[in-house]
Amino acid sequence: MFTNILSIVLTIFGALCWGLLLGGITRTIRARIHGRIGPRVTQNFIDTWKLFRKKSSIHHGGMFWMAPMFRITGAICVLLMVPIVVGQSINYNMSFAGDIFLLIYIMFFGCLGMALGAGNSGHPYSVIAVSRGLAQMSSYELSFSAAVIVLAVGLGTFRIEGIVEAQQAGITSWNIFRFPFASAAALLAFLPMQMAYPFSIVLAPQEIPIGPPTEYSSRFLSLMFSGRAIFGVAKVLLFVNLFFGGASSWWSLLLKTLLLYMYPVVVSSVFPIFITETSIRFLWFVPTALALVDLVRLMV
Amino acid sequence: MYCNKKPEKPDTKKELWQKINDLARANSLWVTAYGTGCGAIELRPLHTSRFDMERFGIAMRPTPRQADVLIISGYLATKTLKRVIRVYEQMQDPKYIVALGSCTINGGMYFDSYNTLNVLDRYLPVDVYVMGCMPRPEAIIDGFSLLMKKIKDGRAKGWIHYRENLEFYRENQKEIISNWDLPDYNW
Repeated sequence: MFTNILSIVLTIFGALCWGLLLGGITRTIRARIHGRIGPRVTQNFIDTWKLFRKKSSIHHGGMFWMAPMFRITGAICVLLMVPIVVGQSINYNMSFAGDIFLLIYIMFFGCLGMALGAGNSGHPYSVIAVSRGLAQMSSYELSFSAAVIVLAVGLGTFRIEGIVEAQQAGITSWNIFRFPFASAAALLAFLPMQMAYPFSIVLAPQEIPIGPPTEYSSRFLSLMFSGRAIFGVAKVLLFVNLFFGGASSWWSLLLKTLLLYMYPVVVSSVFPIFITETSIRFLWFVPTALALVDLVRLMV
Repeated sequence: MYCNKKPEKPDTKKELWQKINDLARANSLWVTAYGTGCGAIELRPLHTSRFDMERFGIAMRPTPRQADVLIISGYLATKTLKRVIRVYEQMQDPKYIVALGSCTINGGMYFDSYNTLNVLDRYLPVDVYVMGCMPRPEAIIDGFSLLMKKIKDGRAKGWIHYRENLEFYRENQKEIISNWDLPDYNW
């Protein structure tokens, strides 16, 4: 019992630190692309701490206060349901048959809570961003779910641990090589999940600055920053487990998560932004069609 | 959506981990993206690769809720004062004001203008003044360095002064804003 609690706390803390550090590295890479020196890699730690110690006197209703908790709860649940290092007993994992379904729901849960809170803040930009975000989320969930169904049909399991175990026979057994079209679909859906350009219609700095968290400040924003850091790591971990053979050691975990985390960053740096309709239309048709190609290939 | 309650006097007791908090505050200054006067044009180069203010942890925020610093960028027109007060009071504590240019100190070239405030300090608590007409980006960075030093030393207390002397500031503000329709304090 005590070991499990300790393991959960360490996992969350580790994911938080790694997520904030990855965020710092991202900011540095973006700055170097601009030809700037950029902030320290630890800048996100400093920002989060500063926000945590800032005072807050904003009140917009109960849901406004609860939204960051929803967000961080969703992020932690996703993190705890994903295997971290294959065969490692240190990490507590809430794995059970069919957990991938719950995970897809939980990924939606945090964002939905955030949407309710942002809506409660009453700021017009927040409301616009929320409507855009929910529409886009429904679109990329379709292609991501289609890709997951391909894996489940191909490997005969709905359990994440089962999907990881099926990829342990070497690099060629990784799902990205066995199901290339479904993997491409999921990796395309990964861009809007990480709010990367050209799909960054939720935060959209040039149109609706900041978007949902416009009214958030201080500890609420600090919690949201922490939630985003943990959620970012959890999503990357999920993709490593689903398509890249999971992590067999701590070094491979760090390397794989770092490389996969940087993929939306690099794409983001060279693309402008889609308008909402284009983004949703693209996500409805292109990645979904790719996933269906693999599904048909399996059926035939 | 206003709060009509008057602000409480801040607790000036030492915070937990005061030094670390001040260090974090100094190294993560978020500025309200709001230009009040001509000096706003000098803030743009600070984002570019030539000056790059992000290396000091300074970033622009499009909402006063998340900002720590309000820059009064040059002359402050009587018409703009009302908006500036609202923006400043919507910012969350601790918050700081940096005033750019001679106009904010003594009116500068607009000293006898009917619609420009001459001494900004009578209306809002300024933490750092940056001289010049207009100050170049290097001077603004220098001003930010001074602000960072003041925060680290625990001397940037304009926001506490504002709360403690709200009546004084309100009186002066109401002298300028004839059609005062703001609440006592709008958070």
